[in-house]
Amino acid sequence: MILHVEQLRLSRGAREVLRGVSFQVDRGELLVLMGLSGGGKTTILRAIAALEAFDSGAIAVEGVSLAPRGATPKSQLRELRRRVGMVFQMHSLFEHLSAIDNITLAPLHVARTTRGDAEQRAAELLDSLGISHRRNAFPRELSGGEAQRVAIARAMAMDPPLLLMDEPTASLDPARRHELGETLVELTRGGRTLIVTTHDDDFARDFATRVLILAEGEIVEEGDPREVLTNPKHAATRALLQGAPVLFGQP
Amino acid sequence: MKRCLFFAFCILHFAFAALAAPFRWGGDAEGGAPYVEADPNNPSIVRGFDVEVAAEIAKGLGRVPEFVQVQFTAIDQSVERGDFEIGMSGVEDTPARRASHAATIPYFEFHEVLTVRAEDRDRYRSFADLRGHKVGTLAGTIAYDKLLEAEREYGIQVVSYDDDVHPYTDVREGRLDAVLLDNIIAARSERRVSGLYTQPAPVATGHYIGVLAKSNTKLRDRINEILEARMRDGTLERIYRKWNIWDAYQPTFFAATLSSSSSGGQAPTPVASKMRQIFRYIPSLLKASVVTIVLSCVSMALAVFAGILIASGRVYGGTITRALLTGYVEVVRGTPVLLQLFVLYYGLASVIRLPAFLAALLGLGLNYAAYESEIYRGALEAVPRGQLEAARTLGFTERQIFTLVRGPQAFRLALAPMTNDFVALLKDSSLVSVLTVVELTKQTSIFATNIGNWAIPGALCAALYLVLSLPLSRLAGRLEEKWRAASE
Repeated sequence: MILHVEQLRLSRGAREVLRGVSFQVDRGELLVLMGLSGGGKTTILRAIAALEAFDSGAIAVEGVSLAPRGATPKSQLRELRRRVGMVFQMHSLFEHLSAIDNITLAPLHVARTTRGDAEQRAAELLDSLGISHRRNAFPRELSGGEAQRVAIARAMAMDPPLLLMDEPTASLDPARRHELGETLVELTRGGRTLIVTTHDDDFARDFATRVLILAEGEIVEEGDPREVLTNPKHAATRALLQGAPVLFGQP
Repeated sequence: MKRCLFFAFCILHFAFAALAAPFRWGGDAEGGAPYVEADPNNPSIVRGFDVEVAAEIAKGLGRVPEFVQVQFTAIDQSVERGDFEIGMSGVEDTPARRASHAATIPYFEFHEVLTVRAEDRDRYRSFADLRGHKVGTLAGTIAYDKLLEAEREYGIQVVSYDDDVHPYTDVREGRLDAVLLDNIIAARSERRVSGLYTQPAPVATGHYIGVLAKSNTKLRDRINEILEARMRDGTLERIYRKWNIWDAYQPTFFAATLSSSSSGGQAPTPVASKMRQIFRYIPSLLKASVVTIVLSCVSMALAVFAGILIASGRVYGGTITRALLTGYVEVVRGTPVLLQLFVLYYGLASVIRLPAFLAALLGLGLNYAAYESEIYRGALEAVPRGQLEAARTLGFTERQIFTLVRGPQAFRLALAPMTNDFVALLKDSSLVSVLTVVELTKQTSIFATNIGNWAIPGALCAALYLVLSLPLSRLAGRLEEKWRAASE
């Protein structure tokens, strides 16, 4: 087991975004989080990446735990960040740096590897993601799909055992989505764990090892994607598959 | 019957006087007593010996005097423009003035005298005693020219002021060792500032005159007649005695003036040719440009440094830090820089006596720091949050995020407004002349006053400012282009 989330609660002002979420993830899994917008998928990722403080509950990655209300000691936070990488929906590349410099910045200044090693590793990543020809391009010159792959390479350059991806399928056409799925499956070989949020049930069916359905800050369904998404038991799951709004309290 | 006639005459006289256009005369009430000062009992009325001399002239012309306030250094330009007919608050008789304007006969003789601290009265008696020391005076006066000569001859340091009050307080406070100015001003200042002593031996002699537009010689000649008559009939003596400025020199001076004017008027002293005069000023203009450049560059460096600290404090700091820095920015931006310079230099003099150049640097630098900090704060806030979060997940420390991600992008955004500010600072640096720093604009104004013409010095000064500011705008433009090209 690489990730342990227990009774996670998080509120923004008066609104409870997460209302006691618990789940565990094993090494090598490609876990997909699904749910309607505002269900709390992204918030879970942000909490695990220590970008957002939670009110109560527990998060532990490879035994390194985060304390509620942002009280995690600095040294522990550093340990956690070494284990968790994240790819943002908007990619959030450093706009003043070229693709290759985006990728090597953290290895050079955080891991303190030599420039030669950092660049060689970055070149390998760009190559494996099929965008070596864009190594000197600046973020604003990249297409959405290219920027996403640079963002993946940037996160992978620090070699985190757990990689979080927020809505990677959102801006991709079906062919690109399939390519991405295969890339992600490739990443899980060798024991890396991926947690991916998406709205795309085909993507989940094709590539996820397991799916969690979130609704109103709670996990309402969980299991093998083909089963959960073929025979939805919960109204929220059905709504998700139909793309229709749903009234809760009538399962 | 006699009485009736008298009344009729009076009424006619007043009616005539009121009907005639008022006699507009210009002077600077900031110069104060005994020249022209606002009446403490009724500030809308001016009084002083110049006021009374002007009134006598008006009476002689059968007109009603009307005072026009004008800055002392602008009297010559203003009279040529026709703002008033005659300028006369302690206006000095100089060859340059006689050459470019119509000047009256002199009506008062004064002497340039050295004023020192009372305890130094035996130490600093003459220029020779003041080698290497600072001597102040009013810019653009005969005294200033005398000091420039003494600078070459005796190696004294000249400090120029825009007013005749602060040089004396600065002597008292030790910023200067002596002041050279008109004996009337010295006597007045000795009364106001305690612990001063004025050396009795005059350094130079000068005269006050009225100045009229160059073409206005007809009125000038009539005024000369009136002045001569008032010298003869003792009216001027009575006025000078009233204002306590009558001295042993005046009778001789009156006699000399009356005899020389009856024998054919004043022969203007030959003036060095205009071109030669202009060339004489070019080295000092270049020197003043260097002062402007150094002042602007160092002030800007200070503004950038302090601005980055303030902006970082406002973006990253706690509540108290943020409140303090916001307060600083609002106060500095909300008050005139001129006021800040005065407070820094004169206001704090009792606590810390800053040298003029340092005060100018600090004043400009700290003022511009407030504006720079707003630019940087805006630029820092403009870097997308997502990038900062991405950097956090990669394990960068907050400091690394600032120096590697946020700072470099903010700097690019801030570059264009920064360049604008630097060019503005270059020009605002002219304000520090109020702290006795002679920079480009001040030197130009001295130049213009002395040759009695603004056109050439003004054009030279403008050209120098452009030479200073254009390369900078070009450089910033090129940098921006380079970065845009790199990221497009």
